[in-house]
Amino acid sequence: MSHFWSSVRAIVWKDLKAEFRTKEMLSSMLIFAFLVIVIFSFAFDPGAQSVKQILPGVIWVGFLFSGILGLNRSFLSEQINDAISGLMLAPVDRAAIYFGKVFGNLIQTTLVEAIALPVFIILFDFNYAGSWLWLILVILASTFGFVAVGTFLAALASNTRSSEVLLPIILFPVIVPVVIGAVELTKALFAGADISTVMIWLQVICVYDVVFTVVPFLLFDYLLEA
Amino acid sequence: MLGLNKLRMVLGAATFFLILAAIYMVFLYAPVPSNVTDMPEVQKILYFHVSAAWIGFLAFFVVFVCSILYLKTRSRKWDLVAASSAEVGVVYTSIVLLTGPVWGKAAWNVWWTWDPRLTTTLVLWFIYVAYIIIRNSAEEDEKRARFAAVFGIIGFIDVPIVFMAIRWWRTIHPLIFESNSVGLTPKMLTTLFVSLGAFTLLYIYYMVLRLDISKARLQLAEIKERLRSDY
Repeated sequence: MSHFWSSVRAIVWKDLKAEFRTKEMLSSMLIFAFLVIVIFSFAFDPGAQSVKQILPGVIWVGFLFSGILGLNRSFLSEQINDAISGLMLAPVDRAAIYFGKVFGNLIQTTLVEAIALPVFIILFDFNYAGSWLWLILVILASTFGFVAVGTFLAALASNTRSSEVLLPIILFPVIVPVVIGAVELTKALFAGADISTVMIWLQVICVYDVVFTVVPFLLFDYLLEA
Repeated sequence: MLGLNKLRMVLGAATFFLILAAIYMVFLYAPVPSNVTDMPEVQKILYFHVSAAWIGFLAFFVVFVCSILYLKTRSRKWDLVAASSAEVGVVYTSIVLLTGPVWGKAAWNVWWTWDPRLTTTLVLWFIYVAYIIIRNSAEEDEKRARFAAVFGIIGFIDVPIVFMAIRWWRTIHPLIFESNSVGLTPKMLTTLFVSLGAFTLLYIYYMVLRLDISKARLQLAEIKERLRSDY
C-alpha cells in the first residue's frame, strides 16, 4: 500500500514539475477563466442587480471551461515521445497512474480557481459575507468530482482521433449533477443562507465523488490496454 | 440461412401489423379523457410518447449490460449489440424529445419546461450521442469496442444521479406546470400496452437489421483484406 501511494506521489510530482517548468497550462487556464468572466460581463449588464444571482453560475462556467483545458492536456502531453508507453511500462499498479493524474489535475485546477475566484468577486463588485470554510469545502468537493471523472474521460479521449473536441462533448453530460450541486451550494453561500438548508447538494456531490472515483478506478485498466 | 430469413420476415410482418393495430386503437378505440377539453386529439400522442420513452430506457440498459459483458468476455458480438442498441435508443429518445414539445405546447402552452423527466431525458440523449461519437472517433475496432464499453458503463451509472439531482433542483425552483396526472381508463391502458408491445417489436426488428448491417460490414472488410493479400 505504501508502494502504491509513493508511486501516486511520484506521478503527481512528475506532472507538477513538468508544468511548473513552463507554467504553460496554468497561465492558459487562468487567462481563459478571466476571459469567460469578461465575456459574461459583456453578455449581461455587470451593474444590474440580477448579476448577483447569476454570479455563482458564471463562476462555475469559468472554472469548468478552464478546467477542461487542463484535463485535455494531462494525457495528450504524454503522447509526445510516446511517454505514455513509458508510464505504462513502469512497475506500478495502473490505478496509481489514474490517481496520480487525478491529484495532479486537482492541484492545478484548484490553484487556478484559488486565483480566479477573488478576481471574479472583485470584477463583479460582490461582497461575500458567508463562510469561507464552507465555500472552500464546496469548491474542493465539486472540483474533485469534476476532475475524477474528467481525468478518466481525458485518458479515453486522448486515444482517439478527435481528442480535444471529444472531451467536452463526453464530459459535460456526465458532470451535470456536479454542476447543479456546485451552483446551488455557491448560490446559497453567496446569498448568506444557512448551509444546512442546502446540505442535500453537498451529499449529492459527495456521492458523486465516491461513485466516480470507484468506477473509473475499476475501469482504468481497460482504458490503458496496449 | 433460409430459416433465419423467414424468422426475420415473420418478425417484420408481426411488427407491421401490431403497429397498425396500435394506430387503430390509439385513434378509434381509446377514449379521450373527459378533463381534456380543447384539442383532445393531441392527448393521443401520449401512447407513442410513453412507449418510445420506455424502449429508449430499455435500449440504454441493454447498452450497459452488453458493455459489461464485452469487457468480461471480449466477444465481438456484445459490442455489436451494444452499438446497435445505442443507435436505436438515440432514435427512440429523439422521438420522445420531439413528441414531448408537440404535446407540451398544446397542454401547457410551452414547448419546453425544465421538468425533471424532460431534463433527464435530454441529458440521457446527450450521453448516448457522446457514446456514438466515441465509436466514430476511435480508430481501431478493438479500441472502439473497449472505449465504448467503458463509456457505456460510466454513462449508465450516471443516469440515476442525474435524475435525482435534477429532481431536487426542480423542487427548489417552483414548478410552474403541475403534471396533471390523468388516470388512465382500462381502455386507455390496453391501448398503451399494445403501443408498448408494437414499439418493443419494432426495437427488436431494428436491432436485427442493424446487426445484419454490422455483420455485412465485417464480411466486407474480410473480403477486402483477402483481396489485398491475394493480389
